This record gives sequence, C-alpha cells and structure tokens, in this order.
Amino acid sequence: MTTLKYNHVVINNNMENGMNLTLKVWRQANAEAQGQMTEYKLGNVSPDMSFLEMMDVLNDGLIRKGEDPVTFDHDCREGICGMCSMFINGEAHGPNRGVTTCQLHMRSFKDGDTIYIEPWRSAGFPVIKDLMVDRSAFDRIQQAGGFVSVNTSGRTLDANAIPVPKADADKAFDAATCIGCGACVATCPNGSAMLFVGAKVSQFALLPQGHPERHDRVENMVKQMDAEGFGNCSNIGACEVKCPKSISIENIARMNREYMAANLKG
Amino acid sequence: MELINKIPDGPLDQKWTKYKNTARLVNPANKRNIDVIVVGTGLAGASAAASLAEMGYKVKALCFQDSPRRAHSIAAQGGINAAKNYMNDGDSTYRLFYDTIKGGDYRSREANVYRLAEVSANIIDQCVAQGVPFARDYGGLLDNRSFGGTQVSRTFYAKGQTGQQLLLGAYSAMSRQIGKGNITLLNRHEMLDVVVIDGKARGIIARNLVTGAIERHSAHAVALCTGGYGNVFFLSTNAMGSNVTAAWRAHKRGALMANPCFTQIHPTCIPVSGDHQSKLTLMSESLRNDGRIWVPKFKEDAEAIRAKKLKPTDLAEDRRDYYLERRYPAFGNLVPRDVASRAAKERCDAGFGVNATGEAVYLDFASSFERYGKQQATVKGLHNATHDEIIAMGKKVVEQKYGNLFQMYEQIVAENPYETPMMIYPAVHYTMGGLWVDYELMTTIKGCYACGEANFSDHGANRLGASALMQGLADGYFVLPYTIGNYLADEISTGKISTDAPEFVAAEDNVRKQIESLFNNNGTVPVDHFHRKLGKIIWDYCGMARSEEGLKFAISEIQKIREDFFKNARIPGVQNGMNPELEKAMRVADFIDLGELMCKDALERNESCGGHFREEYQTEEGEALRVDDVYNYVAAWEFTGNPSAPILNKEPLVYDNIKVQSRSYK
Amino acid sequence: MAKGIFKSSLTKKYTMAATGLFLISFLVVHASINAMIFFNDGGKTFNEWGHFMGTNLIVRTMEIGLFAGLILHIVDGLVLFFQNRAARPVAYAYEKPNASSKWYSRSMAILGTLILFFLIIHLKDFWLKTRITGLTGEKHVFVNGVWMENLYSEMRLVFTELWVVIVYLLGCFSLFWHLLHGFRSAFQSLGWNQGQYGQIIAFSGDAFSVFISALFASMPVAMYLNLVH
Repeated sequence: MTTLKYNHVVINNNMENGMNLTLKVWRQANAEAQGQMTEYKLGNVSPDMSFLEMMDVLNDGLIRKGEDPVTFDHDCREGICGMCSMFINGEAHGPNRGVTTCQLHMRSFKDGDTIYIEPWRSAGFPVIKDLMVDRSAFDRIQQAGGFVSVNTSGRTLDANAIPVPKADADKAFDAATCIGCGACVATCPNGSAMLFVGAKVSQFALLPQGHPERHDRVENMVKQMDAEGFGNCSNIGACEVKCPKSISIENIARMNREYMAANLKG
Repeated sequence: MELINKIPDGPLDQKWTKYKNTARLVNPANKRNIDVIVVGTGLAGASAAASLAEMGYKVKALCFQDSPRRAHSIAAQGGINAAKNYMNDGDSTYRLFYDTIKGGDYRSREANVYRLAEVSANIIDQCVAQGVPFARDYGGLLDNRSFGGTQVSRTFYAKGQTGQQLLLGAYSAMSRQIGKGNITLLNRHEMLDVVVIDGKARGIIARNLVTGAIERHSAHAVALCTGGYGNVFFLSTNAMGSNVTAAWRAHKRGALMANPCFTQIHPTCIPVSGDHQSKLTLMSESLRNDGRIWVPKFKEDAEAIRAKKLKPTDLAEDRRDYYLERRYPAFGNLVPRDVASRAAKERCDAGFGVNATGEAVYLDFASSFERYGKQQATVKGLHNATHDEIIAMGKKVVEQKYGNLFQMYEQIVAENPYETPMMIYPAVHYTMGGLWVDYELMTTIKGCYACGEANFSDHGANRLGASALMQGLADGYFVLPYTIGNYLADEISTGKISTDAPEFVAAEDNVRKQIESLFNNNGTVPVDHFHRKLGKIIWDYCGMARSEEGLKFAISEIQKIREDFFKNARIPGVQNGMNPELEKAMRVADFIDLGELMCKDALERNESCGGHFREEYQTEEGEALRVDDVYNYVAAWEFTGNPSAPILNKEPLVYDNIKVQSRSYK
Repeated sequence: MAKGIFKSSLTKKYTMAATGLFLISFLVVHASINAMIFFNDGGKTFNEWGHFMGTNLIVRTMEIGLFAGLILHIVDGLVLFFQNRAARPVAYAYEKPNASSKWYSRSMAILGTLILFFLIIHLKDFWLKTRITGLTGEKHVFVNGVWMENLYSEMRLVFTELWVVIVYLLGCFSLFWHLLHGFRSAFQSLGWNQGQYGQIIAFSGDAFSVFISALFASMPVAMYLNLVH
C-alpha cells in the first residue's frame, strides 16, 4: 500500500480574481497500489479555463513543489479523440450534457466549490495511474468483429455502385460518431459496455457493406464484451444521457435484435 | 549528399502504372518471414499497417495513445478530396493534380502529386467498402461539397467529422488484422530511436509508457507515420501529444528533414483567451462561405471594443473594415488560408484587434441571417414578414448548416454567436514540411519510410483544404504497400534480425542516458514552461511573417532555451512507470532542435511562398513574392551532430507539365 | 443455435424480458378477474370466474408455468444483480446517479424483492388457503347450481384488517415502480424499441403501470371501506 504524503497541497497561480476550489482527486501510484482520495486547494482559477487547463495549473504547482503531478489521459482537447475520461462531481465528463471533459469549462463551477475527480470505475477498465485507466478492452471488442472484411486493394466496387438510403446512412453515421471514451461504462450503474458495442454493431448492420458478416460480427463482439468483465445492461438509460455524442440506446435495441436473429438462424 | 528522388521515366500519367508494373514483388511465403514496424496509427499509419498485414508481412504497430483510434487524424473536420467527378462539373485527375500544385505555390513534386490525384478515387471506393458512412443525398448516392482554392465540388464528407470516420475505417481494418494475429499492437509505446545497421533501418528503440521499460524491436523495414510537428508552436490545433520525436530521432540517424519552415496557419480558429491556454480549436473553413470578416475602421472604436465599452453590434457599417473584401475583391472572404491568415495578422498588428489580447477579428453572420431569411420569406410566401421574423428565419438556416460549430464556439467562448459576431484568429494547423522522401516514400535511411503528414511530399508550401486526409490514406493504402516490396525483395534471405546487435545495444544505451540526464539535472521548472517559451518565439518570429532579423534573433533565443531547459527542467515521478512529464520533456527537447532548424530554413529561403512569408519579399500590395529562379528546390537538411550546424541539400523541382505562375486572388 | 448463447449477457436480457412480459400477461388476467368484485353482485361473478380458474385443467397446468416463469425471473434477476455488482469492484467516492437516470430503473432488484415479500404474504392469504389449508371464512357458496369456494367472502374477511390493507397498498406501490421500468425495458431488451414505436411503448408502459397498480390497489381499499357489496 502506498500512502500519498501530500494531502492538502495549496496551490496559487499568478492569475487574479479567479475562483478558489477544493479538489478531491483520486491518487493511485500504479495498477497494484492502493489508491485514495487526496485533497488540494487551488486558488485563482479563471472561469475561461477548460477543466483540463485547470488540471494543468494544478500539476504545474505540484511539480514546482516537487510533488508528483496528477496523471490523466487527454489528447485532442476538442472532444473527438475520446481520450479524456474523468468522473467529475459524480458524473462522467462532469455536469454538462453532450460534452467531454476537455470541453467542460470552469465557468460551470463557482468560487468555493469542492470538486471530486475520479477515474472511470469498471472491472473492464483497470486503473493504470491516478485518473488514467486501461480501455484496451474496447479495442479487443473491435478486433473481435468491428469491421468489414475487405482488403485494401483499391479494386472494390465503385463507391456509388450501391446506393444507401439516406435515412440508413444518417443513422449509421449517428452510431459511428462514438468516440470510444467509455463514459457509457463509467456511468452505467451496472458497468455495462452495451452502448459502445451496440453503436458499432448498428453502424455496420445499417449499411449494406456490413450485411454479409452481420451475424458473426454481433456474436463475436458480444462474446468478447462478456469476456472483458463488463456488467449486464438493464436498460437504465444513463449511458445515452452521459454519452458525449448523445448516442441513442436504440442502438442497443438494434444489437439485441441482431443477436437474436443471429442465434435463431444458427 | 546526393538526393535521388527515383521518379520513374515516361509521361506523367503513366509513371505510377509503370512503376507498379516493374516494382519487385515478395512472394507470400517470404512475406511471412519479414517484419515491418509502423510507428503511428493515424490515417497513414493505420492504413499502412492494415494493408501490409493483409499482404502477409508481420507487422508491429506502435502508438503513444491508449488506442490506435485516438490518433489526431480523428479531429479533421471538413472532408477528403477525390477526383471522382460525380458532380459532372469537369473534374479530373489532372485538375486535382493542377489545383494541388498551384495551391502549394509551386513547391511540390509533380510526379508525387499526380500519383496522389490518381489514387484519390480508389480511396473513396475503399472507404465506402469498409463501411465509412459518408454523407449521401436522397437518392442514396454520395454527396460532395466545394472547398477553398478550387472551382469544382470534389470533397467527400461525413458532417463535420470526416477525419473521425475515415480513421475509424482504417482502425477497423487494422483491428481485423490484429484479431488475426497479423499485427502486434503496442499501444502506449513511444518510439525513441531508429536502429541503423550497415546503413539500413533494422528496428527501433521504444519506451513502454506504462512500465517505463526501454524495448528493442527489430524489423526489416520501419515506416514512420507520426504526423506533423505543429506543436513546436506550443499552441496549435494539434492534439497535446502530437510530436516530432520519432521523425526527429530518425533525422538524427541520417534521414533528411525537408522544408521544415513550411507550416500552415489556419485563419479560422478560436482566439487565445489567456495565459492558461493549452491548445487551440479550429472552426471549419466552411464558415467563410457565409461569414464576413471585419475589424473596426477606426482605432478608437477598436480600443473601446477591447475595453468592453463598445459592442461590435453597435458599430455602423461605415465604421467597419471588411478588409478581405477590400483587398481581394475577386475572392473576398474565400481567399486561400495563407492569405486570409496574413491579412488578419496585419490588421491586428496595426492595432485593430477586437479581443482583450488584441489578437482577434470578427467573423460576422449578420448579413447571412438577412439574406437567408429573405430567401425563406420568399419561399414561404411571407411578403409582409418583419425584420425580426426574417432574421429569425435566417438564423434557422445558418443553424442547420453550422449548428454544431456555433455550439462549439459558445461552449468555449461563452458568447452566443447568433447574437454577436464570432471572434477568430489564425492558429497553427498543419505542417507541409517533414522527412524528405523519394518517390517510394523512403527517407535517406534505407528501409526507413515516412508517410502522411510526417513526410514533406505533396503539399509544397501550402496545403489545400481536404487534401491532408487524402494524402494520409493514399500513402498508407495505395503507395507504401507497393513501394515497400521493391526494397524488401532484397531482404527475403536476411532472416530474423537479432536485437542483440551492438547497434541495438548502443541505441538503447543512448536513450537511457538521455532519460537519466533529464532526471538528474536537479531542475525546478516544469517542462511546459520551456515549451511555451519556445512556442512563443517561433510564433512571433517564424509564424505568419518572418524576417532575417527576427529569425536570427529567434535562433539565438532558441539556443538559450535549449541551455536553460537541460539545466533547469524538472522531471518529477519515476523512470520505471507511467510518467507523462518525462514523455513531454523528451518531446520538447526535440522540438527545441526542430525549432532552430525551422528558423534556419526560413532564413535560408529568401523568398515568400505559400505559408512561408518573408517580410523582405513582398509585392507593393503586400502579397507574397516568389523567387523561382533561385528557390525552386526542396531544402533537405542533414543532421551533423550539432543541432545548430545542419547541412543544406537541395533537390531541384522540375515542372514539365505545368507552367509555373504567380497566384493572384485580386 | 450457437452454443455461447446460453452464457451470453444478451440471453440473460432476453430471459428477463420474456419472463417479465409473461408475468405482465398474468397480471392482466389476475386483475381482470379480481375486478369482477366491482359488479356489486355479492361476489357472484367473481366466484364463478375464480372457480373456473381453480378447476380448469389448462389453467392449472399454466399455473406451473407461471411459477416456473416467476422463479426464472427471480433467479435471472439475482444473477444479473451480483454480476453487475462485480463489474464495478471499486465504488465511486461521490456519485450523482439521479442526474442521468431514474431511481426506480436502478432499483429493480430491491423493488423486485419487495414484491416477492408481498407475494409471499399474498400467497399465504389466498393461494395457500384455496389449494391446501382451506378457507377461513364462509367456505362454500352455491352459484348457478354449483357449489364453489367462496373466495369473495375470504377477500372481505382478509381486508377487514387495516394493516393488511396497508401491506397490500405497499405491494401495489412497489409493483407500480417495477412495472414503470420493467414494461418498456422488456421491449427494449427484445429489440422492439425503435423510433416512433419507442414512444408508443413508453406511453403504453406508463399508462399500463398506473392503471394496473391502481386497479389492484383499489380492491383492498374498496373492501375495507365497504364500497363493494
């Protein structure tokens, strides 16, 4: 067990008239270590900062004090790469709807607030360090069947050879906007990954290109999903509310149909 | 060094066909015994890894992110060009080729660009076959839109998320091969060196970012698909992790770096809001179709606006300066990216900027609200509609076209762009320069390839919109898979390469030493401090406008930053475990070296072309002045061991099929 | 049929949905017959139907199926409950679940358990007496030339106690919330939630939950207050 020695670190940056915040952050040295919530006081936070920029300021202060900065996943900081993954004040990606953590701004908080910051919690997403988790389970689900088996010869049919009804194309697109961030799993009281899998299954089920393998695809992906230790879906619906891309649970219903059809057909 | 570009003989439109017909092949049984390492899993990397694995090579793919799907290609918004001519508007391979060369301000290779245009149509076919959900019209066929710098509609798109959908397509193709065991995925791994044995790339040294282990990986060829180096500016539209390290380490091992000063500054980004800013967000170029760009005509108004004493909507038409429409009546707000960016900088430098920092101009949709509103009123037969009703209808139309962008703007700036004009400012977006490659995409290290934004190839001095996705996928799906065989055909009897070779040991040792020296310097200052400082210098002196004096100053400043960095940077945490600060430090060290080289390259190129604007070389109207008789070459820089003393090699550019002209948008 | 299906998370969903819908169909039959007390004919129609249900061979066979369905629903629910708990080994320090979902959707296991407790009491009150131990009040009644068990008078007798009425009301209350999630959830699990159908299902589910729970609840209340005769 690792105990963190720097409880109650007070950090002030050089900006004026900002907010004073109390941060309660999950600190865990590595996958094996025992973690704990650690409190930080952070002063002068500008409301124009993004949430991750606030974390940058915290880390800058920690480094200057000779402490270990808080590790968290982030990359594009514009809501599309799916890397950022914080559970903020009891909600995946924080209090707002249809945004990722990197799109959350500090104006959503007020002076004197206490903010809880935790990693995604799921048996399928083990913690690597602090707020960073391992989401390779999603990659493995994709590898099990989330593709169309076509080689890159460049000698496929002409792109316009198969018309796709606009309604289907649009629905497929909506499902395909999933950024694989894992907020669905983090939010689901059951820790289920069915919104993620349902979205991928739907995208290919809705397009003619995906039809030949649709049954194998859904069977293999569901099998892998179950093997990764995710929970079962009980249609609570929290996932679609907290999904930064607002992907509908209709995609889970479609997966349910696809799986049933696959198994009835045998 | 003699640069041999290996461009095949023959007419332009037959070079690639001829090459493919004569390139050597590797038979399937031999492919199984050949290892290829692909570094990076963006459009170029994922498509290359998937294609090579399908062909039968044993592939190892590395990405520093937690999953290949996170690569920054995912953030591309607008679209992908392809010469399909589905719209029957006269498009052709030649026209796409021509537009790209012209857009690049005549600083790219004809043969490469023609090949790019040639395979562009295949990309669309391939992606559709993979299940990429491109936008379609009501007949179920693919839709196209137009983009800046062209007169045809050849851009395929998936709402504002084209990059995401294309990358997920390539990622799914790659996932299929990982599932089959043909690709070994090494996620959260960063390449830190290329191992060169007897002049050939034989593997890499990589750090496992989770365990901190320094690993040796051998291969018969290495492909660097590691994207651009825009983050040298600290603030850019690139992802936080985008870096030059893999490319730079290859450069240090003998790969030349070409045209590093060719960087693209995108005109429509959300302005910086304060010192805390960590990155910038792009607003799609498509907004310039309906928005009008302006600043106040009088300085006192600009000052009042900056002091928040005046609102932009209070300013009457005759007190506004629509400077793009004034300077470029023919193209107006739709001039190419480099021109629009420079014009914004010129106005802000002159004191007309409109936000607190003085670095923002307005992008105003008010006249579009009115225009679209009137159209709607006519369509609906509402002849007595009030002004407010017309504006409300117009706002609806604009919302349908750009709703998600307006929302994104409001989230970041906390101002409603339907009520007050947007503020925009140029930001670093793409780097045309990169590792020098020949026609086969091989760098000057044998067996080491560079694809996508990481190479310098196809965009010359300025890239046209919707061409980056095209090039990344062209390289990975359709070019490298052919050209790599021509080299690997000689490797069929090499056998497994041992990682015990002294070159591997030395390279690993080198990496370890660098890490230890960073840890042991007893510094006190976070790495970001140095990165911000470097970025500011490069933005100020090697950004939208450059001068001899400024560049010389920048070079001396960068040298000081380098010294300061190695003395005072603090790396907290552990070596043998997850340590993002260590990752950053190694990247910043390389950015410092690269930054100096960029300034040297910009200093050497005594002309203005595309994204490279030297203040000394402009026309009387302030437009870029190219000097073709002297600078019509690719500047390929060679590392000498001292980052301040690189050697310049030149590859002359020959135009046999296009007449070199000067661009005009008046 | 593929082998994996029996272990799959989706099969557990289907089982939950299918048994749930089956139990819902039972509720419809049960409520319809019980509603005969409102004919105010001294329980004549109600007793007739009760007699039919108690003696008809097909209905008696289906009763076995009903118990089987109920047990499957319970066992499957318990398996889901424990698996889902294991899927989050470390709990959040701070959670705001109401921000994204309804409490009753998250509380199906506890609501189900409450219903089960109620069911045990309910079975003891009626089913056990008619099948095994015999009725406690006026045992038989002669209707249309047939002697049959007087369930109506048993009902009147049971619902003279206020605390019994309250227990039954609590049972109906739990049932209401359980159905409010369960009805539409069953359709979602079977993949029937799509576009406008989703809205129809949601509305039907809400209406059904209110109606059936209120109907059941009205019976003990009406008897206790002597509103039926």
